[in-house]
Amino acid sequence: MQPTVQQFPPFREPQSGHGHDDHGHEHHEPGFWNKYIFSSDHKVIGIQYGFTALAFLLFGFFLMVLMRWQIAHPGQAVPFIGGLLHSVVGTDMAPGVKDAAGNIIGYCISPELYNAFGAMHGTIMVFLGVVPLAFAAFGNYVVPLMIGAPDMTFPRINMASYHAFFLGGVVMFVSFFIPGGAAQAGWTSYSPLASTIPTNGQAFWLVGMVLLITSSLLGAVNFIATIIQLRAPGMTWLRLPWFVWAQFVTAFILLLAFPPLEAAGFLQLMDNVLGTSFFLPTGLAVAGKVGEASGGGSPLLWQHLFWFLGHPEVYVLILPAMGIVVEVIANNTRKPIWGYKSLVYSSLAVGFLSFIVWAHHMYMTGMGQKIATFFQATTMIISIPSVIILTCMFLSLWGGSIRINTPMLFALGFLPMFGIGGLTGLPLGLAAADLYLHDTYYIIAHFHYVVAPGTIFALFAGIYFWYPKMTGRKMNEFWGSVHFWCSLVFMNLVFMPMFAQGIKGMIRRMSDGGINYSAARVPGVIDTLPGSVMELNTWILWAAVGLGLAQIPFIINVFWSIKHGEKVGTNPWDATTLDWHTPTPPPHGNFPVAPEVVRGPYEYNAPGHEGSYAPQAEFPTVAHGHSEHAHH
Amino acid sequence: MEIPYTVQPRPDTGLYNAKLGIWLFLASEVMLFGGLFSAYVLLRTGAEPGMWPHGWLNVTLGTINTLLLALSAITTLLAWAACKVRDFGKFKFFHACTILLALAFLGIKSYEYHDKFIHYEIALSNGTFADGHLKEKSADFDLKKKTGTVTLEGHIVEDRKELMDLRTEEAKSVKHSELVIKAEDIKKMQNYGPWHNTFTAIYFTMSGLHALHILGGTLVIFYLWGPGSKMWKTDPERFTNRIEVSGLFWHFVDLVWIFLFPVMYLT
Repeated sequence: MQPTVQQFPPFREPQSGHGHDDHGHEHHEPGFWNKYIFSSDHKVIGIQYGFTALAFLLFGFFLMVLMRWQIAHPGQAVPFIGGLLHSVVGTDMAPGVKDAAGNIIGYCISPELYNAFGAMHGTIMVFLGVVPLAFAAFGNYVVPLMIGAPDMTFPRINMASYHAFFLGGVVMFVSFFIPGGAAQAGWTSYSPLASTIPTNGQAFWLVGMVLLITSSLLGAVNFIATIIQLRAPGMTWLRLPWFVWAQFVTAFILLLAFPPLEAAGFLQLMDNVLGTSFFLPTGLAVAGKVGEASGGGSPLLWQHLFWFLGHPEVYVLILPAMGIVVEVIANNTRKPIWGYKSLVYSSLAVGFLSFIVWAHHMYMTGMGQKIATFFQATTMIISIPSVIILTCMFLSLWGGSIRINTPMLFALGFLPMFGIGGLTGLPLGLAAADLYLHDTYYIIAHFHYVVAPGTIFALFAGIYFWYPKMTGRKMNEFWGSVHFWCSLVFMNLVFMPMFAQGIKGMIRRMSDGGINYSAARVPGVIDTLPGSVMELNTWILWAAVGLGLAQIPFIINVFWSIKHGEKVGTNPWDATTLDWHTPTPPPHGNFPVAPEVVRGPYEYNAPGHEGSYAPQAEFPTVAHGHSEHAHH
Repeated sequence: MEIPYTVQPRPDTGLYNAKLGIWLFLASEVMLFGGLFSAYVLLRTGAEPGMWPHGWLNVTLGTINTLLLALSAITTLLAWAACKVRDFGKFKFFHACTILLALAFLGIKSYEYHDKFIHYEIALSNGTFADGHLKEKSADFDLKKKTGTVTLEGHIVEDRKELMDLRTEEAKSVKHSELVIKAEDIKKMQNYGPWHNTFTAIYFTMSGLHALHILGGTLVIFYLWGPGSKMWKTDPERFTNRIEVSGLFWHFVDLVWIFLFPVMYLT
């Protein structure tokens, strides 16, 4: 029953291989470039996506810490890296700070640079960090393994998808170094602001976005085709692990929601480069001067096209993360997931409804009461399937003999954190409450609870969970739990105070951290920001620094465990799904013997089976001596 | 390692991989053009009264282009059918027709674009507007230095609104003559490029994106017709699939034009 241990380094395909190689009959190891850079193997591409996305997440986090410094200490010299900042972005963006004698004692962040950091933090975290990690990295690595496929349907398109993504990332990154700096109109790039800031950064942003959208389009086609076409014999739709369902719905959202933003991107690029007026109203004056543009365009049109992607994007961020949490919870409660079918139908409902809620981001725009009422209703409706999914996860814990390990800690941490994020979203879905809260820190706290301690915790769970499959070794459990507990505490210290600041009326997007509206600056005026609110800025800064430090054990753990982690077999977590019933790490082609799926994904401690779990597949006895898989 | 169902359909879905892939891709294309058509609707309904142009495009040329694409859809289908009955000669003939029809379409489109780029509207300092096609600029013509002259084949109107609806009998009966305009009399001179107004902007964007699709499709079909047709000898089934998949894309591009033509030319 228990598979025997497969050793790291990699399993080699036998010379007498079953089925022949795509690339002729060569069996020698490909060189570094072909193996790691121009690989069409879904597992390598998944790892490429994973490392690139983690690097971008770290970079985006770093931008955020700089912004928090500026909010807590506006106009004060940035410690440690102020000089570096100055030499990279120049005097306009990082001006010198002088002491009383007129000597330059350091460099601070200009409001323009703060805006660029804000825009790029959002863009990088969403489009270059979380989506590629949650969808492309985990999806690529895990989905074909889970459904018993040898690879993705279109391996070369898969490779092209990663290369387009990488190129998009490079374009985004380079835009920091051009004169005028990176895009400064927020990650939402509202027109006409985006067309009037004197920097080419916006054009870079748009070109980068078109590349990223192309990448995710290629990925989405590949994922859907793979899940429909390459399921192993016996892998019926309702035997798919829910992670696969979540990725399937996500792929559909990406496939259908991203193209309108691509269209909008073309239009804004033409506004910025060719002088058209798609989003520029008649008589638009910039800095007191009426511009040359013909006018007649509609700023609201941009917002509609943007949020038509932007809202489904929220579910792109959360669904794969929920998929990971469900797998980890089912595995570590050692019992079937509660309400599998409810989960499946809820994910489909969420996917569909996510296309008709977008304008709840636009209550403040004056698009009209009737439209607001419609979107308010759909927004309330979409919370139902989301709550069903979360409820199924909670109920799955009931009566389980829960096994606590690092992946499970992160999965358990996800539940209340995502719960806070979701519930604090309800007042924002109601137009009347949203008008007050919309432009405050409350909204920043809300969506960060969904994405940061929500999605990113789930992604950490996934990394700790599948790491043994990729390397044959577990990550260190002790440092894993240090990573979890510190992250949990600091995440809450960063984001919880923002709810209070927002409710007190602290507006977001202010490069001075609200100091101009503080009671200290304008005494005697009602509704200014009291000292307690301003003080929280300093607390949040140091909590953010602490959160950064809490990631150090994780980073070391990832690299250290490749060589020094505890060696484990092919199925260290005693899991049922197919990904754990391949050699470790899986060879090119994944399954030495084609699996035959005979039961559902979560048969833990099911009656009628010996042992604590029954694998999804049976492997026909093999003539070539690869009988290490469980078979009955 | 071999990916299953690259050539033969999977029994329970009835599709081979590439066919499913192209349908998914086309679904995203529907959303891409759908986004642009929505933009068109919002720009048009949001335009100031009387400022949305009508009849600016040449209906005759548009109709010819529609017929060219419709014919190319038929030849694409026949090329695939020829592959199905394993008649390579007929395939070569029909797809040669497809390529020629597509090139003719692009030729006419380029002519129409050129016609817009040499069409100028000039705001004159006396408050009237000169509108017409550029005949010539004098050698010393310079708007900034206010030297030289520009010659248009066109007419003068009092109000820009008169230039908006060219479908009326009145607009059709306007006499064009040679206008020689001094640079010093010019307030603003602009051709009918994408920057002219939101109509030309969306027209150039949508028809340009469509023309890029035509160009891409033609390149693929040309490859399959020329060097790519070697596969016919080794794997005719797979080759036929490729013709089918590229044909599906081609039909989609034709279909986009079927919407673009009335929306841009006829209303």
